[in-house]
Amino acid sequence: MKRCLIVDDSKVIRMIARNMLQEFGFETSEAENGQEALTACEEAFPDAILLDWNMPVMNGIEFLLALRALPGGDAPKVVFCTTETDLENIRTALEAGANEYIMKPFDNQIMQAKLAQVGLL
Amino acid sequence: MSGIVDQNRLAQQLIDLQKAEPGTVRLEDVSAVVAGIMDAARKEMASSDNEVVAKMIGLADYIENAKADIAALRPDEVTERHLPAAADELDEIVAETADATNRIMDATETIQGAIGDVDEATQETIFSASNQIFEACSFQDITGQRVTKVVKALKEIEEKVDSLILAFGDEIDEYKARHVAEAEATDAAEDAPVDFDDIPDEALLQGPQLSDEAMSQDDIDKLLNSA
Repeated sequence: MKRCLIVDDSKVIRMIARNMLQEFGFETSEAENGQEALTACEEAFPDAILLDWNMPVMNGIEFLLALRALPGGDAPKVVFCTTETDLENIRTALEAGANEYIMKPFDNQIMQAKLAQVGLL
Repeated sequence: MSGIVDQNRLAQQLIDLQKAEPGTVRLEDVSAVVAGIMDAARKEMASSDNEVVAKMIGLADYIENAKADIAALRPDEVTERHLPAAADELDEIVAETADATNRIMDATETIQGAIGDVDEATQETIFSASNQIFEACSFQDITGQRVTKVVKALKEIEEKVDSLILAFGDEIDEYKARHVAEAEATDAAEDAPVDFDDIPDEALLQGPQLSDEAMSQDDIDKLLNSA
């Protein structure tokens, strides 16, 4: 079973994503900010990370840069999931190592399509 | 008019001097022409100075009026009362919607948990409907972020108004001092017994109160029981 780490400070979004991902056959775990996510990744890399941008303590970009700097940190597929949808932001996320970008609010179909795009479905 | 006459006379005196035979020009005539030139120059300078002074006075009046107008807007009230109240209301909106959304989602999860008790077709219907509820609940995250942006903008406005207060502090204090009597009269009027029949509903209704300021149902019941 593939594992996905959901990183979002919103409990609602974590719950929505958890429901969708479990429906697609993923095992899920959750983190409320980038720092918690980094600690989880240092223990074991998930197959996928669904990542919010604006979070307290450590934001999505800071986490992504730290993740990709870890030995083996280039393995997880990272899908940004955020309201930050300026072209400049998307470019920044891709340069930092994001594999896909989902605009909030999202639905089942979009999530499924993006996970398929990064080869996880 | 007299200026033109003086200038013409001065010009004539100069022409007379230029036409005079060498050695026949009297010192008094030269002196009179020089005095005339100096007098004309003095008058000219005085008149342009007056114009500048008049413009400066006009400008000073304009600035004074603008300062009084700004003081009358009471920017101190904006930062002390209106902006913090608006920010508190918005924070409350975020908290209330987050709480409601969590309860909706918990209840939907409970419904999903009981899915095994029904037939397959109903299971599918419940599953699909509950997923739509989950997706729709993402509005809370989006609106929460938007409201947070508005609160941030309010804080920036507050900082700018604070700078205005700093610049116009004296004028605001003077305005407040001038209107003390007016404010006291308003307070007295507010303390006077009110005939609620004379007041339209819109003026009485305050809308939902902030949770830390609002009365609970228990408070209201106590009040009703004590009446």
